[in-house]
Amino acid sequence: MLEIKNLHVKAGDKEILRGVDLKVGAGEVHVILGPNGSGKSTLMNVILGHPKYQITSGEIFFNGEDLTALKTFERARRGIFLSFQNPEEIPGITVENMLRTAKQAVTGEKIKILAFHKELLALMNELQINPEYANRYMNVGFSGGEKKRNEILQLLTLQPKLALLDETDSGLDVDAVEIVSSGVAKFHNENNSCIIITHNAQILKHLPVSSVHIFLDGKIILHGGAELVGKVSEHGYAHFEGKS
Amino acid sequence: MKNYIQDIERALYDVRDEDKSIYKSDAGLTEEIIRDISARKKDPAWMLEFRLKSLEVYKKIELPTWGADISELNMDEIVTYVKPNAAQVSDWSQVPAEIKKTFDRLGIPDAEKKSLAGVGAQYDSEVVYHSIQKRLTDLGVVYTDMETALVEHEDIVREYFMTLVPPKDHKFAALHGAVWSGGSFVYVPAGVDVKIPLQSYFRLNAAGAGQFEHTLIIVEPNAKLHFIEGCSAPKYNVTNLHAGCVELFVKEGARLRYSTIENWSRNMMNLNTKRALVERNGLIEWVSGSFGSHVSMLYPCSVLHGEGARAEFTGVTFAGKGQNLDTGAIVVHAAPKTSANINTRTISKSGGAATYRSAVKVTKNAPYAKCSVNCESLMLDDESRSDTLPVMDVEGDEADIGHEAKIGRISEEAIFYLMARGISEEEARAMIVRGFVEPIAKELPLEYAVEMNNLINLELEGQL
Ligand SMILES: Nc1ncnc2c1ncn2[C@@H]1O[C@H](COP(=O)(O)OP(=O)(O)O)[C@@H](O)[C@H]1O
Ligand SMILES: [Mg+2]
Repeated sequence: MLEIKNLHVKAGDKEILRGVDLKVGAGEVHVILGPNGSGKSTLMNVILGHPKYQITSGEIFFNGEDLTALKTFERARRGIFLSFQNPEEIPGITVENMLRTAKQAVTGEKIKILAFHKELLALMNELQINPEYANRYMNVGFSGGEKKRNEILQLLTLQPKLALLDETDSGLDVDAVEIVSSGVAKFHNENNSCIIITHNAQILKHLPVSSVHIFLDGKIILHGGAELVGKVSEHGYAHFEGKS
Repeated sequence: MKNYIQDIERALYDVRDEDKSIYKSDAGLTEEIIRDISARKKDPAWMLEFRLKSLEVYKKIELPTWGADISELNMDEIVTYVKPNAAQVSDWSQVPAEIKKTFDRLGIPDAEKKSLAGVGAQYDSEVVYHSIQKRLTDLGVVYTDMETALVEHEDIVREYFMTLVPPKDHKFAALHGAVWSGGSFVYVPAGVDVKIPLQSYFRLNAAGAGQFEHTLIIVEPNAKLHFIEGCSAPKYNVTNLHAGCVELFVKEGARLRYSTIENWSRNMMNLNTKRALVERNGLIEWVSGSFGSHVSMLYPCSVLHGEGARAEFTGVTFAGKGQNLDTGAIVVHAAPKTSANINTRTISKSGGAATYRSAVKVTKNAPYAKCSVNCESLMLDDESRSDTLPVMDVEGDEADIGHEAKIGRISEEAIFYLMARGISEEEARAMIVRGFVEPIAKELPLEYAVEMNNLINLELEGQL
């Protein structure tokens, strides 16, 4: 589904990614573990084509198509979704309006307002989001946990092929992590894939983890299985330094 | 994707009709021209005198030295009076076909059927169509053009005309006093609620001309009115001038909502003066959308003259390429416990300049005045400019004055966020701009909000 080869990325003069390789197949769940500042969010943003990053070398393919030639919204329409680490607040655009517009954009179909409204409320109910939030402005005045649940609401509404989850569980209490993790489990099936950046094993509870990658200093230094999660929480990242 | 918002075409506003006026004054401003206009309009003697005095005042006053640059305006080139080849009628089928077609395109006859209780349509210097529902005339409501009012209600006109905006106020008020023509007169008797809005539409077709319509509205005690003013013109390469004057008298306990969506073409100097005098417990609500013109200076003023009088001002200004729009509001608290709310959104793009300017004055006679100002500006790119210049002058005791101003650029992160959800860049920008004005748009009646959205989309397409 996704194939990244020897990806080098700069922001201004600063080199952030230094040769990332990653391959994700259909139905797989990949976990990225890595310390703050190692470049994980940068990788997510680059997959979606954020204009503040320049690719200096390397390739990104999505279902055989060169992603770097596509605009951000075209990538989203191909089925890539990012749950942002810090979701933007957008005054004046309600959650419902934004989601309906987005759904129409990714499906290319006219969305029926009433049917959509019902569907949205049902999902909000599952994610324990107050239904009044449908009429609130996107993320404006939401708590950290509410913003993250709002990201999962969008994931479930838009039904992408590849979900990138950037620390969706960070800063949440135990119950909120459970809600988010059930939401991701509900989304995932054998036809779609997830890349999950986390510091915490709890979000993985309901998910069949296919592989785990240790991310250090702008690249992946170790690929392994679910057992790496436990190792990191036991020994920290220092344990892996110099292993690349 | 333009889902729930319909597209409109700029072209709609831009269609010029061939100039078929039957009379045009000479360009420039002289006593002969004023006498000539006055004679053609069959003014009473006092009005001719008023015009001539205004001309004297005009000659003495200098151009304002603040605000937008209006130095390119050359009064010697402006034709102040253009009489269309049409008598005023109250049946659209009798309006000359070409003029009717213009108003059809602008949707006026259609709106009249659906949502208006009366309509006035001015073409160049004269009103060519006027109507009002019989239900309202039976209640004593008067809605006519100013010329008719001068004949049928001369005493009322004489009592109020340019008393609130006297010619000596500023140069363009004096100009207006000298050459005014057309406009609307509305009189709502005490206690009458005009439930459905009245609308006057001002269309300036002739190139190099000025439009100087006068609007005089009197809402007697405890009466209620919503008046809508629309304006547009096709684009020419020469400067056109709009120096209208609006005087609103809101009596005790009365309520008046005065809404404007102004979409002048990009060769227009829009130097309009609007003022309301609000008596005890009365309410003036201004809704003001400034989209067009090359240069605008427009600051509707509310004089809160009676205890407990209130003013609400809601404004949206959108300055695109080559535009300098200097807009805002003035409030004078002149009685105890008066209150005002000013709420504006200003947008600039493609090198446009938008200035928000306001003045709030609380006199010594106005203890317990309450005023809140909220003005926000959004610049859509690095070439565009935005300024906010709020002035407060508080002399009254126990005043409660709040002020919030924000100037910002469109957030690239917000655009990325929307694009990451599959929304195209163009639509993402439009959504953010609509979102920026949404707190204001949601206060508007639906058709109005739709028109505002349409104009915003049009501006964003930048195909001007
Ligand atoms: N636009 C940018 N300009 C300059 N430096 C950046 C930019 N974005 C990220 N960085 C830097 O790149 C490094 C990696 O950041 P990030 O991808 O957010 O790491 P992580 O998500 O792993 O915590 C950090 O040192 C960060 O400060
Ligand atoms: Mg990060």
